[in-house]
Formats: sequence, C-alpha cells, structure tokens
Amino acid sequence: MSGVSAEAAPNGAGRRGRRGNTGRAEARWGVLFAMPAILGFVIFTIGPMIASFILSLTDWTVGGTPAFIGIDNYVALTQDKLFWKSLGVTTYYTLAAVPLALLVGFVVALLVNAGWRLQSLWRTVYYLPTLVPAVASAVLWIWIFNPDSGLFNSVLRAVGLPTSNWIYSESTAVPSLIIMSTWGFGNAMVIFLAGLQGVPRQLYEAVALDGGGAWSKFRHVTLPFMTPVIFYNLVTGVIGTFQVFNQAYIMTSGGPNNATLFYIYYLYTKAFTDSEMGYASALAWVLFVIVLVITALLFRNARSWVYYETGDTR
Amino acid sequence: MSAATQSRPARGLRVSRGVMFLVLALGALAMLAPFAWLIRSALMTDAQIFINPPQWFPNPVAWENFPDALTAQPFARYFLNTMIIEAVVVTGTVLTCSLTAFSFARLRWRGRNLVFGVLLTGVMLPYAVTLIPTFVGWAALGALDTFIPLTVPAWFAGAGGGVFNIFLFRQFFLTIPYEMDEAAYIDGANPWQVFISIVMPLSKPVIVVVVIFTFIGVWNDFLGPLLYLSSSENFTLALGLATFQSAYTAQWGLLMAASLVVILPIVLLFFVLQRYFVEGVTLTGIKG
Repeated sequence: MSGVSAEAAPNGAGRRGRRGNTGRAEARWGVLFAMPAILGFVIFTIGPMIASFILSLTDWTVGGTPAFIGIDNYVALTQDKLFWKSLGVTTYYTLAAVPLALLVGFVVALLVNAGWRLQSLWRTVYYLPTLVPAVASAVLWIWIFNPDSGLFNSVLRAVGLPTSNWIYSESTAVPSLIIMSTWGFGNAMVIFLAGLQGVPRQLYEAVALDGGGAWSKFRHVTLPFMTPVIFYNLVTGVIGTFQVFNQAYIMTSGGPNNATLFYIYYLYTKAFTDSEMGYASALAWVLFVIVLVITALLFRNARSWVYYETGDTR
Repeated sequence: MSAATQSRPARGLRVSRGVMFLVLALGALAMLAPFAWLIRSALMTDAQIFINPPQWFPNPVAWENFPDALTAQPFARYFLNTMIIEAVVVTGTVLTCSLTAFSFARLRWRGRNLVFGVLLTGVMLPYAVTLIPTFVGWAALGALDTFIPLTVPAWFAGAGGGVFNIFLFRQFFLTIPYEMDEAAYIDGANPWQVFISIVMPLSKPVIVVVVIFTFIGVWNDFLGPLLYLSSSENFTLALGLATFQSAYTAQWGLLMAASLVVILPIVLLFFVLQRYFVEGVTLTGIKG
C-alpha cells in the first residue's frame, strides 16, 4: 500500500481505527451523497439513451402512436440523401476547423509564452473571442459576412480586392463558418499555454548543453511534452465540432442548398420541424456510434504518438 | 552559461523576437477587429451603416440604438428570466456536484470507483442521443414552456455535462489533507458537517471556477431555451437575441447594440475574475 495515489481512498494509520465500527455508516453517507449524480445519470443519461434507442425502432410522429418497425429507420437512413449530405458537411467542417484551431492555438501559445513583459495582455486578447456567447457571435458574424456592407467585403472593396458572398454562397458557406470558428481558438490556446508551463526547464538546458538550437528544443522537449495536451484538445475539439448547431440554425438555416446542413441541425429539423421522433432518434444513435468510433480510434492511435511521463504515479 | 553562448545568438534572437512580436500584434488585431466592428456598428444609424463608401467610425454617435434595441423587445424581462435560471442552476450545480465529489474523494464505499468511472463516460456522450426522449419526457410531464426542464437537471449533479464539475471538485478535494476530516470525526462530526464546515470553506477557488463556468454555460445556452421555451415572456437573453435577429434582419445598428449588451456582462465577469478563469481552464485542460 505504498503511495496514497489520487485514485485510492485517503487511508492511513489514524483512519484504520474507526473503520471497523463506523465503516458501514461511512458507506451509507457515501452512497447518500453520491445519490444526486447517480439518480441524475439514470434519469437524464441512461434512461433517455435507452428510450432513444427504442424510439429509433419505431415510426412515431408527435401526436400519433409509435409503431414498432424494427430497423426500418436505419435502413431508410442509408437511402437518405440529406443524411449523407449532413454527414459530409459535418465531416468537412470538423476536418478543417479542428486542425486549424489546434495549429493556430499551438503556434500562438508558443509565441505568447516567449517571455513578454505583458504576457497576460496577449493572452487576454486572444482569449477574448471565446467569451462571446454563441448567439451573439452568430449575429455578429452574419453582419461581418454581409455581402453589401459587412466588415469583410467593406475592407476587400476598400483595398480593391474581389469580394465574396461568404455564408450566402454554396461553395463558400462552410469555409466562412470555419473562419468564424477559428476566431475562437483561444480556448485551445489557453490549454496549450498551461501545458507549456509544465515542460521541465532543465531539459531545455540539457539540449542547449548538447549544442541544440531552438528547433531541437522544440522538437525534442516541447513537442513530446505537449502531446497529451494536443491529444486532449483534439478529442474535445472533434467531439464538440461534430455537434455544431447554433451557426446552422441562426446564420444559414442549413443553406444555401443544404451547404451547411450540419448533422445536429438536420436531426433538429427532423425531430422538431417534421416531428419524426423515431427517425430523428435513429439519427441520434448513428451520431452516438460515430462519435464513439472516432473517440476509440483517436485513443487507439494515441498510443503511437502521445507521450506520458513514466514514473508518474497519478 | 558562458559569455560566448549568450552573445552568439543575440542579434538573430533580436530579429526573431521582432518578427514574433509583429505576428502577435497582427494576430491580436485580427482578434479584435470583429469587436471593433461590433462596437462601431452598435453606435450607427441604418443610414450611416449603408452609406457607400463605408463610414468607418460612427459620426455622429447613435447612442439611441441602445434604448431603442432594448425596448424593441422585452430584454429586461429576458434578463430577469436568465438570472432566475442562473440562480437555480448555479446553486444546484455547486451543491450537488460538490456533495457527490466529496463522496467520491473522501468517503469510502463499495463500488465507489466503478460508479465514478461510469459517470465519467457521460462526458463523452453526444447530447443529441438523450435530447429527444428528454424532451418527450418533459412534454409528458407538462413542463414545456417553463423553466423546469432548464433548471431541474442541475440539481442532479448537473446531469450530463455536470459530471465534469464533479471531476473538478474531486480533484480539488483530493489535495486537502485528510487529517482535517479525521480530527473532526474524532470530535464526533458526521460527514455532512465535515463537508459543509471543513472541506467546502477550503474549496473557494474550485467553487468560483465551477460558478463561473456554470454561469457562462447557462448564459450561452441556446438549444435548451429554444426547445423548451415558447412564449416570449419566458425567453432568455440568448433566445431573445436570436428571435430579435430574425425579426429585425436588416437593422444592424440595433442588432449590434443588443448583441453588445448580451456580450458585455460575460466580458466584465472575465476581467473581474480573470485569475479564476485561467485557473479553471488549466484545471479542466491539464488534469483531464
């Protein structure tokens, strides 16, 4: 029993004394205190998950009675052009937005971390956009993208460059939303910054003693130590980005011509506009499986590149 | 460090630091440009906004956009609604998440680690998979167009996203020496007393972090109010702003003024509690 780790219960010599007679009381208190979370998990997570799976096996329009139809909804999905479209749009968006936010966030974190006198000022400026509430951000960016008098086209026109229709044209709608999402890379940056504080200084000195320059320091010290943070940002980024909804709802209504028909937006319209609760539940379960598979693949793949310090008992 | 190693890269270093500064400054400008555009437009009349060539700075300043926007729709009411939901959700989240975390960190019971592990899997869960049955359930209970669906889950340790707060509390509680509990137990205290009078008073930093992030979560939530609130007098600020946007499509001065009003409290909160924000992001990012 060496080393009271974070996982183990607090234990020690003094504790043993009361375990015998009050251990059961302690367990009762423990279960009682954990009850809100246990009940919450059953009522708001496991219960609805099972219910949504059962619903996905039914044909149910709100107001009618659910009819059991087996896997028909899932079969119908494979024939549903909009389902594939929404999957494609969401994948496209995720594959561009997540790596971009990670790359920009990492580079800016390195720059901000370079020992400036006003480091916290830089950090604040880059973090500021992430504070803007999603709806306010959407409203602001509709205006920025406005083809007639928006910020982008006004500036482009002022310097004599060609303008764009941004979110109002099929080919530029998703790229526009990617630009908008990159504005919020500050979250990833702050996490990278925190990670950079954990890189042991003496290793840089060791590299310097061996004659290594800035690049070797980055390649052989910073990067390996940052891989867990990169991985964390990657996983949370992918999971979050796969579930975008607000932009599609507020800014584009999934258009033009379904160019921004994000998965959750499609699900939302199926469930709450068309009232096809059974079909929408099938969509939800497919999303669940997709996210599960992506996460599993990321974790599997992580073994080959994420570096965890050995000897760390936690 | 010899003098040679210090002086050799000096000039190159100075040049590269210059380039770095330039990149940082240009980047910062790009970050701030949308804010500048927001403030500029919030202070302009429609006539000024649509002038060609564009007028970059508001002249004269149209302060009237703020009273006009805020009275065009009952934003005061939206604010009140938001604050009611905030109060109930933040209280419930802090209380139940910390209590649960106390159990996971400092009380011993069979199956504890298993239960904690199962709860943690909830973090990865896409919210869509529980969305429809939850909605149907609240509808069956007649709770649509009330604050109940938006507030009650918070009292079950946040339910769903709240697991994360349990995790934060637990991490923090693990750093408090157990001897303190021990001493209280010897004096005859029960776990509730230890929780409320020993552990919680020592946990202000993590409490503040959870309060901040829960507050922001509620303030920003759009899908929840969109699903559950239907009559205008129940709207939150986020939902009110979205409907304002669809009703006043081309009145950018008013829209930007309203957006600014919705953004400002969060930004102010950030500047007042900046230390905790950074701490919070660090806690969430690194220890995860």
